[in-house]
Amino acid sequence: MDAELMQREFMYPGHVACPGCGAAIAMRFLLKALGEKTVMIIPACCWSIIAGPYPQSALKTPIIHCAFETAASTASGVRAALDMLGDTETTVVAWAGDGGTFDIGFQALSGAVERNDNFLYVCYDNEAYMNTGIQRSSSTPYGAWTMTTPGRDWKKMRKKNIVEILAAHRIPYVATASIAYPDDFIRKAKKAKEIKGSRFLHVYTTCPTGWRIPSEISIKIARMAVQTNIFPLYEVEDGTRYTINYRPREYLVREYFRMQGRFRHLTDKDLDQIQKMVDEDWQRLLSKAGQG
Amino acid sequence: MRRVIEGSQAVAEAVRLSGVQVVSAYPITPQTHIVETISDYCEKGEINATFMRMEGEQSCLAALIGAQAMGVRTFTATSSQGLAYMHELLHWASAARLPIVMAEVNRALAPGWNIWTDQTDSLAQRDTGWVQIYCEEGQEVLDSTLIAYRLAEKVNLPVMIVLDAFFLSHTYEPVDIPDEDEAHRFLPPYKPQFRITTADPRSYGALVTPADYMEMRYDISLAMNDVFLQLDDIHAEFSSIFGRTYGPVEALNCEDAEIILLTSGTITSTSRLVVEKLRKQGEKIGLLKARLFRPFPVDAFRNNLKKARKVAVIDRNCSFGAGGIFAQELKAALCNDDVKPLIYSYIAGLGGRDVTPDVIEDIYWKTKSADTPEQESVWIGLKEVSHGR
Repeated sequence: MDAELMQREFMYPGHVACPGCGAAIAMRFLLKALGEKTVMIIPACCWSIIAGPYPQSALKTPIIHCAFETAASTASGVRAALDMLGDTETTVVAWAGDGGTFDIGFQALSGAVERNDNFLYVCYDNEAYMNTGIQRSSSTPYGAWTMTTPGRDWKKMRKKNIVEILAAHRIPYVATASIAYPDDFIRKAKKAKEIKGSRFLHVYTTCPTGWRIPSEISIKIARMAVQTNIFPLYEVEDGTRYTINYRPREYLVREYFRMQGRFRHLTDKDLDQIQKMVDEDWQRLLSKAGQG
Repeated sequence: MRRVIEGSQAVAEAVRLSGVQVVSAYPITPQTHIVETISDYCEKGEINATFMRMEGEQSCLAALIGAQAMGVRTFTATSSQGLAYMHELLHWASAARLPIVMAEVNRALAPGWNIWTDQTDSLAQRDTGWVQIYCEEGQEVLDSTLIAYRLAEKVNLPVMIVLDAFFLSHTYEPVDIPDEDEAHRFLPPYKPQFRITTADPRSYGALVTPADYMEMRYDISLAMNDVFLQLDDIHAEFSSIFGRTYGPVEALNCEDAEIILLTSGTITSTSRLVVEKLRKQGEKIGLLKARLFRPFPVDAFRNNLKKARKVAVIDRNCSFGAGGIFAQELKAALCNDDVKPLIYSYIAGLGGRDVTPDVIEDIYWKTKSADTPEQESVWIGLKEVSHGR
């Protein structure tokens, strides 16, 4: 890893994230890769709070807070203005949670990337509406408890596959990344920074509060998500060229699920079903990468 | 140069002359000619702007919020459902103190689908912190759009230029189009009062606690109040360059009038004919055209209406459960005055139904013959239908 790059910080020491928050870690890594010539556009999400109340800021870059559904369209406008002002150097980043990306911001995102607008969209995915207190989103995985999928009503639908949807727009670059794999994450962020057009990073960010896990296993859970193939690390260029960045030893999903309070209600039979779904998804990915 | 153009084109000509840098657009009838013309000018290089073809009105305004915050001049246009869809972002634009200019073509809201003129769409946005200017004819549309940029950028509030569907947006009239030098003398290139830059990183629109929120809202209120003063200066300067005079209202025969019609938009033009006709018959009728709606020009209304016995407000809009919106606002504005006219509220022309000279004359005679106004708005020209309940 680039030692100098890991030394530089564009987050101030103070922020108001929960202990073990993956979203705070992800922002720190992202800015190490992108540097200070970055405009950060943040819709309603945990980061509306984490960034600090007026007149404070947790970041050494400008932040534009925007309406929930408008991260992508605001970023398109910022890019258009910078281009008109002759500034092609500054990186424009839309930084949104899964609710703001998979759900309410989806139209704006699809519109922006269909136009191939020149900015980097980063979705930090904590798999539910965490800032409002743990409600189900279309990114919430099969099997999960949330405040709106309580008891027997645990979520019975699959998580929306946002990466495939973005890839289907044939944009230059789509990749997944994880806070447990900083080298891979930073490499992808740096790569995305150099590409023109729409770029999308889907970052797995643990939420100890919402997932009912101890904060000290935040990174461990993130690593297990990759190692179980629940959250594979891969890139898709121009919507067609797939590269799988990490070939795990295919741990069973059971251990990952058993460590999280949000999945406590699942039976062994449910977990067998989930293992099947994960294996199936992994095979599909392998075949897309020509390794099936 | 004098050309015969549509109201929509009058907007587009002003936008061309404004030196706009970012335009966002989404199709909705009947504002489409505005953005189509601008798109054409961008393609031909007559406007040096980025033309953004968005996927919805919400995104149109969001994109301009981003662009304007970076320090460029912006424009968009919409109508009806599109404006309603933008609602959240209307609040955002004003509270972020961004001088965005938007043309809004008054069109009725669905259901049922109706593309014709009706002011309820824009008046429903009266609390969003946008300045609203209602136009009567093509020249006023062009002039007001140029004026809107000057005003917006002075007070850091967004401005909505409002024009009637079809009766104005699609009606061809002779319009004086200023040459570029003249226009630039009035509206020089944009110098933002603040802009977002990586050289001075700050957080915009962050969480604000009860300790600070109220002061920020009071600032918006102060800026709105400042519009009266600034607009007077801008109107004066406009007049000195172009020789055309505007104010927050326009009064016709109000000095000695016993009954004054209060109108906005294209109903005003028709009312002018009625006033001329009835004056000839010896009726003491006047006409007050409301041009500025937000901020509500209380002093201008008070000064022009104080000598009249009655005011007949014609609203092409309705706030259900409260009635005509101009009438409501006028009543609220005058209620504490010692001497004030009786206010008669009429609703006419919803969903684009014609408001003909006969309709307006009927309103005049109804007002004259009634000693006291009805408590509720009187709907004009309703057909006999069963309102079963």
